[in-house]
Amino acid sequence: MLTAVLALTAIAIIFGLLLGFAAVRFKVEGDPLVDQIDAILPQTQCGQCGYPGCKPYATAIANNEADINRCPPGGETTIIALADLLGKDPIPLDAEVGEEKPKMVAIIDEETCIGCTLCIQACPVDAILGAAKQMHTIIEVECTGCELCVEPCPVDCIDMVPIKEDIFHWKWPYPEQTDEEAKL
Amino acid sequence: MIRQLFRFKGGIHPPQHKDRSTRSPIQAAWLPKQLILPLHQHIGESGEPIVAVGDHVLKGQKIARASGYVSASVHASSSGTITAIEELPIPHPSGLSASCIVIDTDGEDRWIEHGPEDIPYTEMDVSHLRNLIRTSGIVGLGGAGFPSSIKLNPAGSKIDTLILNGVECEPYITCDDMLMRERPENIIAGAKIMRHALNARQCLIAIEDNKPEAYTAMIEACKDEDIEVVQVPTLYPQGSEKQLIKVLTGKECPSNGLPFQIGIVVHNVGTAAAVHNAINLGEPLISRIVTVTGDGVAEPCNLEVLLGTPMQALLDQCGGLNSDVDRIIMGGPMMGFAMHSTEIPVIKTTNCILAATESNVTAPSDVMPCIRCGACADVCPVDLLPQQLQWYARSKEFERAQEHNLFDCIECGCCAYVCPSNIPLVHYYRYAKTEIWAQEREKEKADIARQRHEFRQSRIEREKAEKAARLAKKKAAVKKPADGEKDDKQAAIQAALDRAKAKKEAQGVEPKNIENMTPAQQKQIDDANARRQQTDTSEQES
Amino acid sequence: MIKLNTPSSPHFHGPSTVTTVMLKVMLALLPGILIYAWMFGWGVIINIVLASITALATEALMLRMRQRPVMMYLFDGSALVTAMLLALALPPLAPWWLVVIGSAFAIIFAKHLYGGLGFNPFNPAMVGYVMLLISFPREMTSWLAPLSLGEQNLSLGQSLSFVFSGSLPAGLSLDALTMATPLDSLKTELGLNKAMQEITASPIFGMLGGTGWEWINIAFLAGGLWLIHKKIISWHVPIAMLGSLALISFLFFIIKPGAYASPLFHLFSGGAILGAFFIATDPVSGATTPKGRLYFGAGVGVLTYIIRSWGGYPDAVAFSVLLMNMAAPTIDYYTRPRVFGHGGGN
Ligand code: SF4
Ligand code: SF4
Ligand code: SF4
Ligand code: SF4
Repeated sequence: MLTAVLALTAIAIIFGLLLGFAAVRFKVEGDPLVDQIDAILPQTQCGQCGYPGCKPYATAIANNEADINRCPPGGETTIIALADLLGKDPIPLDAEVGEEKPKMVAIIDEETCIGCTLCIQACPVDAILGAAKQMHTIIEVECTGCELCVEPCPVDCIDMVPIKEDIFHWKWPYPEQTDEEAKL
Repeated sequence: MIRQLFRFKGGIHPPQHKDRSTRSPIQAAWLPKQLILPLHQHIGESGEPIVAVGDHVLKGQKIARASGYVSASVHASSSGTITAIEELPIPHPSGLSASCIVIDTDGEDRWIEHGPEDIPYTEMDVSHLRNLIRTSGIVGLGGAGFPSSIKLNPAGSKIDTLILNGVECEPYITCDDMLMRERPENIIAGAKIMRHALNARQCLIAIEDNKPEAYTAMIEACKDEDIEVVQVPTLYPQGSEKQLIKVLTGKECPSNGLPFQIGIVVHNVGTAAAVHNAINLGEPLISRIVTVTGDGVAEPCNLEVLLGTPMQALLDQCGGLNSDVDRIIMGGPMMGFAMHSTEIPVIKTTNCILAATESNVTAPSDVMPCIRCGACADVCPVDLLPQQLQWYARSKEFERAQEHNLFDCIECGCCAYVCPSNIPLVHYYRYAKTEIWAQEREKEKADIARQRHEFRQSRIEREKAEKAARLAKKKAAVKKPADGEKDDKQAAIQAALDRAKAKKEAQGVEPKNIENMTPAQQKQIDDANARRQQTDTSEQES
Repeated sequence: MIKLNTPSSPHFHGPSTVTTVMLKVMLALLPGILIYAWMFGWGVIINIVLASITALATEALMLRMRQRPVMMYLFDGSALVTAMLLALALPPLAPWWLVVIGSAFAIIFAKHLYGGLGFNPFNPAMVGYVMLLISFPREMTSWLAPLSLGEQNLSLGQSLSFVFSGSLPAGLSLDALTMATPLDSLKTELGLNKAMQEITASPIFGMLGGTGWEWINIAFLAGGLWLIHKKIISWHVPIAMLGSLALISFLFFIIKPGAYASPLFHLFSGGAILGAFFIATDPVSGATTPKGRLYFGAGVGVLTYIIRSWGGYPDAVAFSVLLMNMAAPTIDYYTRPRVFGHGGGN
């Protein structure tokens, strides 16, 4: 019995050393953490996380000031990726900040637009084209769907519409869950 | 000489069910009232329509041109009038719609003037030959639908072997089998053209040993040709390009490379026949042979179908759909996609329409957890670890899945076929693949957004700094020795306030260019202002 | 309009299901069980029946508690296989509570607490066995003598009454029934510094691996080969395990034949064959890559020899399998096969 205990202890020590060695030996010197986190965030720049943009939120996560579940546009995918990066367990999205919605883009009703430029000032990614007193349009591919332009518009001419699904963007749905998996 | 054959790892022997559709010869399908021709029938960019609604078109007339290098043109498969160019359901697992050209046929089936080129292909410039094939809209007819002219361009590589794929390893499908039995000379004529284009040293035709009639017919037709017909033992998924190459040559095509890099090109036998039609007869690709089979139809058979014919028409011709049909599969039972309706048209890659009853397909039984039996890994022709892949796909650890070579999976379905726990493994891989693609797209988008955001931020910073600098300058200028600094400050603040006010006004809260406005525009603005007032007050209230 | 189903391909499925796999495993065990029972009497059968009933009852209970579909999992056969393997590892005529505790422990702790079928990192039958061995060493080591060597042959009724109440027919003592197993006695007698030839001359050692045991093991071997033929198990684990056991015992045997038993003895005594074909091949807790299975099997073989020769317990298959179970995920990770088209192929 004693030998067994000793042997197991010895094995444990050896493996411990091995792991420690590996950790030191294969350590990756990469981007600073903030950039790595920022790379995972969706860059919608919507501020729903409670920070003025993705980068500030990334900084807060890196400083351990914020949980990883505060980005609604990123949703589950982002949470899992963050958890992976930081070696934490994935947690569900914080209901307080909102919920994961289908991706949207803004469109300006060009008939109604009065050319006030307020939306341009709100848009975090300069996705709106137009000059003062001229009709504005949104560059669809560059719009992140952050909705920040909706509120400032004085004539309510900006609508958020879901991105249309086509055969090139269609995704296979997640396979139906058997009850065994649903509980995992 | 008996050719030495090789073996790829894994593979399965599913029941064949091929004999039911080979009892009668290939028949011509009826001319449908309406043809629906999707612009996207192949891998690559969609075609670009070159006709307009109301145009009358003739059979064989080009109605959409290729819109990129990897793209293919579309031709009218019968004469008639273009009645719509709109989004209609196309054969796709999603059941979604995409752009289609709709032709109401006039029943005359009148050809456009056509015929072979004046000079024989052997004397043509090879790139001209390729271009003829390209403008004929020919894509791989085996199922993948890659534009054939590209696969006939060795791009500088020396091509040793041209392989014609007559393997047809999927159960139920017999269109290539019947083609080889009935029109071997077309295949061989096409093969010679392809070989000429590639300047290939040898040409092989591979046929599985469950098709003895086709084998005999091809041997007979190849008597005087320098083409070798090779019989290969039946094994699914041998018809997959890279697996077939391994079997015939022992060479392994690199994971993300193409066969021509190792001096090999593979074309389907049907494609060869289409090339023959295009070059020797001048006919573009407007029809193909389709196997209509399964217990869901009364008379399974092979039909020569005009592209764009709705599947329902073919099912009707084969005796109509039985009421106990469970699903309509385009392609075979191992890799085919279940269709969402029967009004979906036949396209260039439709090799089979399988109207499957519940007894033809496996009724869904309970999915159990993976017991790690490894049966899936034993049959995987690519030597992946399917059980690990499904684990990662299920837990959405896509990076790990990619690390385990998810993208080498050819979705052959061998793993799911043998899995005792009945896990829909391939569905998991498809889910993961499309999800990864979407993530990549999103990542790209996020990168652009980040750049633009950072650019904007720095611009704002800069503007702020410039403004501050200007202000400081002004301040220095207006500074009077007598007055106290206090006044000075106040004046600056006042000035800033004025400016802000002016700016606000300029920003269009009160637009000034109200000359030349139509009453409607005026009303719009008034309405807008009214709404704005409302929001303002409501905001104050809240 | 007919409603069309649109699931993902493949639309075909082969005949194999978890239940058919488990049934085949049980079928393959059958010849071994019959010979075992023929050699050692009713106790073997009683063990199996008791363990099976307990396992099924516990399984049903656990499934109910974990709110899983009871019917779907209860008859998948996995609990029965666990019960049979455990029963075969226990001494025949073991008291009923021993069998019941072991079987219930295996199902509850080693299987369901880890998440049920497919999720257990350790082989449940072996966990149950080891738990019993550690907790009840006396009961677990009093083996019956093979009928051909023993003095009495108990009837079914007598066996039952002994199992359930511990009472023996008049005039029969426990000592007359039990006898050390060949592996056991080898160990004790070697401990007494007897020479190998002297020890193995005793009738319990039989021709290969101990009287009675050799035939049982040959029957298990036959069953195992059938499973390989049927592709239920792959050849990698058994071959690697038996191969490494044979090799290492052969090395020691030629170095010092007086102190170490022959390879044949090692292969055909104790649970080596049963372990190689039926226990170490348990897919859930073992390695799954082909190369990984070779390492896994070899590991079990080597550990078995080490524990048998120098460890505190007579047989070692259970311990070795559990130890290797721990290493299985790591082995899998480092033995991923070369994927088609990824270098080195041509
Ligand atoms: S919620 Fe997400 S997308 Fe929006 S700003 Fe915060 S991190 Fe960026
Ligand atoms: S256009 Fe609107 S929704 Fe789109 S990114 Fe700009 S502010 Fe956000
Ligand atoms: S065949 Fe099914 S049960 Fe077996 S290892 Fe693969 S996925 Fe798991
Ligand atoms: S579907 Fe993919 S993982 Fe499954 S056997 Fe085929 S190639 Fe392998």
